Amino acid sequence: MSCSRRSFLKNAVKCGMAASLPLSAFRLLRPAEVRAAVGDSKVRWAFLVDTTKCVGCGLCVKACKKENDVPYDVEVTRTWVERYVVTRDGKTHTDSPAGARDGFISPKIRDEEEINPEEVVKSFFVPKLCNQCDNPACVQVCPVGATYQTGDGVVLVDRKWCIGCGYCIMACPYGVRFFHPVHRVAEKCNFCYHRISKGMDTACVQACPFGARRIGNLKNLEDPVTKIIMNERVAVLKDEYGTKPQVFYIGLDHTVR
Amino acid sequence: MKNHVLRPLWVALAFVALVLAARYIIVPKDFGVQGESFTYNFHRAGNVGEWQAFPVKYRGTEVCAECHAEQGEALAASGHGIIQCENCHGPGTDHPETENPQTMTIDRSRALCLRCHADLGYPAGGRINIPAIDSGEHHADKECAACHNPHTLDLKEDVQ
Repeated sequence: MSCSRRSFLKNAVKCGMAASLPLSAFRLLRPAEVRAAVGDSKVRWAFLVDTTKCVGCGLCVKACKKENDVPYDVEVTRTWVERYVVTRDGKTHTDSPAGARDGFISPKIRDEEEINPEEVVKSFFVPKLCNQCDNPACVQVCPVGATYQTGDGVVLVDRKWCIGCGYCIMACPYGVRFFHPVHRVAEKCNFCYHRISKGMDTACVQACPFGARRIGNLKNLEDPVTKIIMNERVAVLKDEYGTKPQVFYIGLDHTVR
Repeated sequence: MKNHVLRPLWVALAFVALVLAARYIIVPKDFGVQGESFTYNFHRAGNVGEWQAFPVKYRGTEVCAECHAEQGEALAASGHGIIQCENCHGPGTDHPETENPQTMTIDRSRALCLRCHADLGYPAGGRINIPAIDSGEHHADKECAACHNPHTLDLKEDVQ
């Protein structure tokens, strides 16, 4: 068998190229996988919180609890508002009485800690809710497939399928999950999935008089919320956890945890 | 092979068959990977529809104003126009189609007004831009609505 220098080099290049192809290039894909990979969903829900507009009235929390049948007088809530008061001595004073269901009507922190207004450097409110993460840690730990991410990015809990083990409650870095005292299953904010699916705003967005809360579709580039998230300075909570949260904040401070 | 060796094997196989049969009956037909990711999209497909069918309770000021046009207009013209009717009057749910609720329960408490109008002494985000009172000083024993009309923001005639 003869082998010219030319054909040897040709074959060497061919072999090199073939070897550099990843194995995954030969994998047969199901049509569903292809559709999911290119993104068949035209919707990806995201939330925008403008903390500079929030006055801590807590009407969002009240509306959320009533809309979603979260027991009103139990200390559990799908969304809540935190108060941050930073004083001149460098201390950060925070509280969220009953999740701010009744707002903040006392200047005292936790109804006991007096704040001298002269000493206050900055003070503001931060509404919190489920971040509907792109990589939800809570879903990853569910042993029975009771919690999952929908095609439009919202994380839901299947109340018929949840066994109430509480792994997800421990896994969420944002502490948004809790045990529903009536249904005896894991419970969380779902961006009022019943409302956004009908084209309505979430109960908290509708209830906010100041426009501090907004919801939008990240896949629609004309959406005003998407435009703000894309073009303005926004931050997310606990970025370092790699959960890719989809609740974006305007005016977030380093003191916010 | 001898019978006494094979017998436990049949028992084991029967057990596996039983588990598979039970699994076939118990696990819903729509349970499985519903999208791209086994980790995040493994669930019962029917649950999405169940959540979408959850009843809406807060219907929005536009729905209220369809019947209560007069109050709707008065409110919209005032500084309180940014507040939803249902924030004070409670969720409309099926009102007035059914008796759930036929009459709305109005929250007239001081605490409701103080959510925005309590003076905290420090800026507190946007709170500093809202007219505020010291709740302990300003007619502490009265309901706000006794003097102030919450829709027009005017003082009521008898207190002027």
